[in-house]
Formats: sequence, C-alpha cells, structure tokens
Amino acid sequence: MATLSDQLLHRIREAHRRRTLSWWERIYLPAIAQGLWVTSVHFWRNLFLHLAHRVGLFRRIPAAVTVQYPDEQRPTAPRLRTRHRLMQREDGTPRCVGCMLCETVCPAKCIYIVPGEHPDPSVEKYARSFDLDLGKCVYCGYCVEVCPEDAIRMDTQRHDIAAFSRDGMWLDIIELLHPGSRKHTDPPKKFIQLELEDFRRLKQSG
Amino acid sequence: MWIDLVIKFALAGIVLFAVLNLAGIQTWVERKQSAVMQDRVGANRAYFTLPWWWAAPINWLLRKIGGLGLLHPLADVIKLLTKEDFVPASGSRLLHWLAPWISVFFALVAFAAIPFGDSLHLFGRTIELQVAHLDAALLYVLALASIGIYGVILAGLASGNNLATLGGLRAASQMFAYEIALGVSLIGVILWYGTLDLQEIIRRQGDLLGGWLPAWGVCVQPLGCVIFMTAALAETKRIPFDLPEGEPEIIGYFVEYSGMKFGLFFLTDFVETVLVAALTTVLFFGGWQIPWLAPGAFSPNVMALLGVGAFTLKVCVFLWLFMAIRWTLPRFRYDQLMRLGWKILFPLSLANIGATGVLRVLVR
Repeated sequence: MATLSDQLLHRIREAHRRRTLSWWERIYLPAIAQGLWVTSVHFWRNLFLHLAHRVGLFRRIPAAVTVQYPDEQRPTAPRLRTRHRLMQREDGTPRCVGCMLCETVCPAKCIYIVPGEHPDPSVEKYARSFDLDLGKCVYCGYCVEVCPEDAIRMDTQRHDIAAFSRDGMWLDIIELLHPGSRKHTDPPKKFIQLELEDFRRLKQSG
Repeated sequence: MWIDLVIKFALAGIVLFAVLNLAGIQTWVERKQSAVMQDRVGANRAYFTLPWWWAAPINWLLRKIGGLGLLHPLADVIKLLTKEDFVPASGSRLLHWLAPWISVFFALVAFAAIPFGDSLHLFGRTIELQVAHLDAALLYVLALASIGIYGVILAGLASGNNLATLGGLRAASQMFAYEIALGVSLIGVILWYGTLDLQEIIRRQGDLLGGWLPAWGVCVQPLGCVIFMTAALAETKRIPFDLPEGEPEIIGYFVEYSGMKFGLFFLTDFVETVLVAALTTVLFFGGWQIPWLAPGAFSPNVMALLGVGAFTLKVCVFLWLFMAIRWTLPRFRYDQLMRLGWKILFPLSLANIGATGVLRVLVR
C-alpha cells in the first residue's frame, strides 16, 4: 500500500513527463474540429434557447448563466450578513434601549448612538439617534451578536450600498428603522434626534 | 460612356456599402457570438431615446435594438472619434498617420475584383456584377492583400516604440511565412480551372461532377482549400494567428495608436476577414453558383439576383465559421507558427500542385 506521499510523488512525476503526441493529434485538424464542435454545440443550443425565450418557450431552461444584476437579483442565503436594520416595537419606536454595547463592540467604530430617557421605567432608555456609516462598516456582525434586545439585525438582503458620495452610504435612524425609505438622491439626516412621538408618527405615515 | 461610369460608380458604392456594413456588424457579431458560445448574454446595454413625445414608437424600437446590442457599434464609433489622437514624440508623424490608411485602403480596394453575381441584362446592356473585370483578378487580389502588410510594418516602425516595432516585425515574418503557402495553394485551383479570371473560375464551378457533386473548388481541391483557409486566416491577423497584435500580453504594432486610427486598424481586420470569406467562397465554394439549380430555372436576371443572395449567404456562413474559430482556438506560439507555415503548409501546398497536375492529366 503506497503512502500518500508516494502517490503525490507519482502524480508529480506523471505531470512532468511530456506525453508524445500521436500522429492523429499532431496534424491539428481533428483537434480543431473537436474544439469547433464543442463551441458550436454551445452556440446553437444557446441561440435556440434565446430565440425560444423570446416567444415564451422553454423559459425554465436558462440560455446563459449571466445574472443581469440590477434588473434581476440572485436570491441570497438568509444567513448572509446584509445591510442592517433596527427592529421596532409595535408602536414604531425602536426596540433599542441605548445600552451602547454595539457601539462599543464595533471594530470599525461606525455606529453612533445618542440615548434618551424612556418614560417607561422598565425600559429606561431609548435611542434618540442611531447612525451607522456603511462606508466604514466591515460587516462583521458583532453588533447583531452583542445586542441583548435583538434590536439590530443584518437581514434586509440589501447589498446595493454603492453611492456617489460618502454621505450616500450613511444610514440615519429613519432609514435604519424603515429600510429603503430614503431615495438615493436625498442626503441622509445625519445625527437626527427623534422623540418617541416622532417614531410613532413615522410608522403611521408609512 | 457616361452611363458606364455611373454603373461602375454604383457597383463600387454597393460593394463598399456592403463590405463596410459587414465589417461593422462583425463588431456586434464578435461580441454576441462569443457570448452565446460561452453561455453569456453579451452586449445589451447601449441605447438612446429621443426626447419628443411623438418619437415613442421610435424609442420603443431603439430600446429593442439596444437590448440586442446593435447600438454598441455606434457607441464604439462615437467613443473612437472623440478620443485623443496621440502621436508619440519619437514617432514619425506622417508615417504614423499614413499606416492605418494604407492598411484599410488596400484591404478595401481588393474587393474591386471580387465577382458577387452573374451578369445582369438591363435595358439592352450587360452589367457584370463585379467592379473591375480583370483577366488576372486573382493575382490582383493576392497582390493587394500583400501590400496591406506595409501598413502594419509602417505602424510598427513609425510608432517610435520598440515593442510596436517588434510587433511589426512579427507581422512581417508571419505574413511572409503564410503569403507563400497562400499563393502556392492557389496554383492548384488555377491548374484545375485554367484561368486567373475569378468570374470565369466561378462559371466553371457550375458543372456537376459525376452528375451529383458540384464542381466546387472544395471538392476538387480539398487540400488546397484547407491550406488556403489556414493561410488566409493568418492573413487576417486574428486569433489564432494574432501574434502581430496580441493586445494584452505580447504588445502588438498598434500599441501607440488611439482614437479612430486604432479604429481603422480594427476595421482592417474585419474587412480582411470579409475579404477572406469572399475569396474562399469564390475560389472553393462556387461563388454565386447555386448547386443543383438548373441553369434555366428562372429568367437570367432573377438567376443573377438569386446568385447575389447565394454569394452573400455563403460569405456570412464563412464569417460565422471564422468567428467560431477565433473564439475556439488559443494563439499559436511563435515557433509553432513558423513551423506550421514553413514546414507543414508550404510543402503540403507544393505536394498539392504535383497531385493536381497528375490528376489533371489523367482526367483529361
């Protein structure tokens, strides 16, 4: 029984040995015909499928492996760490209690929280402002892991964070609570501080 | 007298229009065919719309065409025309400017001798569907195809760049190696049909051998056909024979070219591909002949027009084949290229002449 290293050595020696080509291989033409056969089969198959798709046939069989990204998006795995969102209570106020754990644990220091006092003594605090700079974020997911209230999650399945400026990658608390509410042309409301009433009104206005 | 001039100008215009369009559409074919071959989608993003409300149907059409990628050639041309036209300080200004024009000019002028149809009979006069009816048309085409290499060598020398010069030298040695095989492989065709007149060569391909096999060049000269197509592909300087160019790795002769002058070199490649496809059709695949169609099936003019269609179709098939070859094979190494040219194709073409001569005597 040959050991693993013997097998490896054998394979390396095999790879080094230059194989002499047979006469059939040396005259090139059959190999060229073979190659043309392979590419032509792909060509005619895909061409037929493209044409059939135009008239609505064989839609289940793809004609190309390309995903036309902005138009069609490949479904991502649910466990993929994507853009953050803040969870809401039933009345639309953030579930965050402003404990600052995520801001503390963040290795990129991209989270900025301003806590405020919550009227409910069992809640104690809430996040008046919660800002996250995606330009700095490293998507490590520590903020999600460390949160004791399950207030921040990375499950929006959004990864289109491209923007024309650094500001465009800034997520204010409104955008975090309602993902996709801000148009990409609008500037972010950096460090905006909201009262509990404002959060409720935001939820009602949709 | 004047009417003859007008007819010739019209013929030249038709040929030029067809050739330039075929060359232009090849940029689209190049993108799309390679994409479809490789399970991709290919260029499909370039389109523009008109801002007026009444242009809505046009915009709908433009979007559809853009979705097919047909507007990319237009975008390419706009890009090439607006790019900076740069001439290196150490280069020769005049020759640098002259080289692409020489390339494209001789590639285009060679089409004058290609017959694309039988003669038309209109208003009592016979119009040969060939811009210039030359007795030695084959020699003319080969000569012009060879002159085109001057543009490439000049481009390499006039750039004042060592890498470009080396590219030009590679082009020269490659052309040299394949030009000979190209010419010698055609001697078999000349022997068989006994003429240098391309129109006459096509006419003699109209017979049927043994009652069923068309007397096409490919049937009587199969070896010559393979050698010719190989050597002719080398003439077009495209993969697998793109040693002179090799944009990404081994720098080619047009490294110092930008803008439309670069575009002209690119156009030359495509025009030469069309030329090679047309030559292959004329010499080996019956030109405008439609096999198994009885000569008197329709009136002569209809037959001539059908022939033009058949010629175009055959050329398009060869353009497809050359494109498929270009996207299938990798580039030859320099020594492989020389070996193939000098040691394989050249002796084979000589043997082809001998075999053809013997066969010709026996068949007679």
